Amino acid sequence: MSIEVRNIRKAFGTFEALNDVSLEFPSGELVALLGPSGCGKTTLLRIIAGLEAADSGTVFLEGEDASGTHVRERQVGFVFQHYALFRHMTVFENIAFGLRVKPRRRRPTEADIQHKVHSLLNLVQLDWLADRYPAQLSGGQRQRIALARALAVEPRVLLLDEPFGALDAKVRKELRQWLRRLHDELHITSIFVTHDQEEALEVADRVVVMNHGRVEQIGTPQAVVEQPATPFVADFINLDDHGPDWLVAARLKHRGHVLQPTDNPLRA
Amino acid sequence: MAEFANGVASGIPSASRHRDYQASPATREVPWVRYTLLTIALGFFALFLLMPLFAVFTEALRKGWSVYFAALVEPDALSAMHLTLLAAAIAVPLNLVFGVSAAWAIAKFEFRGKQFLITLIDLPFSVSPVVAGLIYVLIFGAQGWFGSWLSDHDIRIIFAVPGIVLATIFVTFPFIARELIPLMEAQGRDEEEAATVLGASGWQTFWRVTLPNVKWGLLYGVILCNARAMGEFGAVSVVSGHIRGLTNTLPLHVEILYNEYNFAAAFAVASLLALLALITLALKTYVEWRQTAALSPESREQAT
Repeated sequence: MSIEVRNIRKAFGTFEALNDVSLEFPSGELVALLGPSGCGKTTLLRIIAGLEAADSGTVFLEGEDASGTHVRERQVGFVFQHYALFRHMTVFENIAFGLRVKPRRRRPTEADIQHKVHSLLNLVQLDWLADRYPAQLSGGQRQRIALARALAVEPRVLLLDEPFGALDAKVRKELRQWLRRLHDELHITSIFVTHDQEEALEVADRVVVMNHGRVEQIGTPQAVVEQPATPFVADFINLDDHGPDWLVAARLKHRGHVLQPTDNPLRA
Repeated sequence: MAEFANGVASGIPSASRHRDYQASPATREVPWVRYTLLTIALGFFALFLLMPLFAVFTEALRKGWSVYFAALVEPDALSAMHLTLLAAAIAVPLNLVFGVSAAWAIAKFEFRGKQFLITLIDLPFSVSPVVAGLIYVLIFGAQGWFGSWLSDHDIRIIFAVPGIVLATIFVTFPFIARELIPLMEAQGRDEEEAATVLGASGWQTFWRVTLPNVKWGLLYGVILCNARAMGEFGAVSVVSGHIRGLTNTLPLHVEILYNEYNFAAAFAVASLLALLALITLALKTYVEWRQTAALSPESREQAT
């Protein structure tokens, strides 16, 4: 599903979180919202999900104005920064939650729920954890369960808020490559928020660089690195220390790319 | 997998950390400091808490078991028990509903006047119970605001059961809300938001996510609320009118018996309240234990 936001403004008191942001997210892409903390990226994500209301501006989901649509009808999957797993439920019940709360007419049978949850657990490669509680899992496992829970309701969009922010460096690297592969399998329109440029450049099809509630640049990872649109982007992508070719090569290498000058990171 | 690392690091039980603290010569306190503190604490405990409890039961049984039981099954005592249970049975469920809704509103929503509401919830704690009782006399009493209207319609609130229930509700109002607010605030809104995004209605979110997360804290609040509802003296004393067999609760009955120099009976009834306190204490300890068990990761497996 395509997402479009038009002229979004949002202020918290005197602090301007989003200042006239307009963006389009084409169907099936994995897009990174990149920027320093406080740049408004999480707020934008929450506005798209409907968890926060914009002061002005419109969110279009599949070309339709979503302003009047309640969060639970927007069919978005949201993965929270701190996972927000239901701590009193087992992993299985966490994933089954979205299916169990459906209105009776649309609720799957118990057998279907069993089947669905186990196939999702297999997808995130954690089937053996079905009976555990969230407190018994490691951070990386929790993150994958949170993702499986979000996917259970077959969302049209997947929104991830700093999905790897709370993990240690090694797990983070593994998990983001895994997310990329998962996206290549599912092709669900996804937006993830991050403050880590390496993460954004490595994983995303397109990167939206934000600062002070404004969009600084939209482009492929390569374009953002090679032709930064503003001094802020150049500084934030941190080109001063290393030559651009080396940086791009190094950063895209993780995705199995051998970089050609004309190579398009969109085609992963 | 490296993923296990952070789970293990945070899983050290606090008890073992305390032991390490005492075992290490670098952090150990001089013995006489420890023993002095222990002696003071235990001495205070024995003098002010254990001795009165012991005294209640010795005095109650001074004239033997038959006198003791006679004092308990006497009609006025039975009616006092009945009224006490009735007041608690009305006040506790009502405060359960009030407390949960107030705590939910305060912890999960932002609105104007939130601080004011929190202060208001604490009012029954800060106001003397006698004043609380007088408020109801002022409103519903014969000379009160609604006094003439009520007597015209033949409704009795003051010096009757409704007044006692009202006073009990007022005095015990903060217990459940106070218990839940910090708990719910600490848990934040993330899980509720997650439930909403997954398609749960507000009602489903409350029953399936919010309530199970606070159930032990809630039970703890209910136990304390119940104990206070049954033991309340001041506010109830003002509105009750002390009519034997009609508007006497257990604490008021104890006072009347005592004032009549009927010590054995007074202490016998008092021992019932003391027993209630002990049961409350035991329940409270159990719930506290379950609550910590529910929060700590390593005991998850035993807890379920």
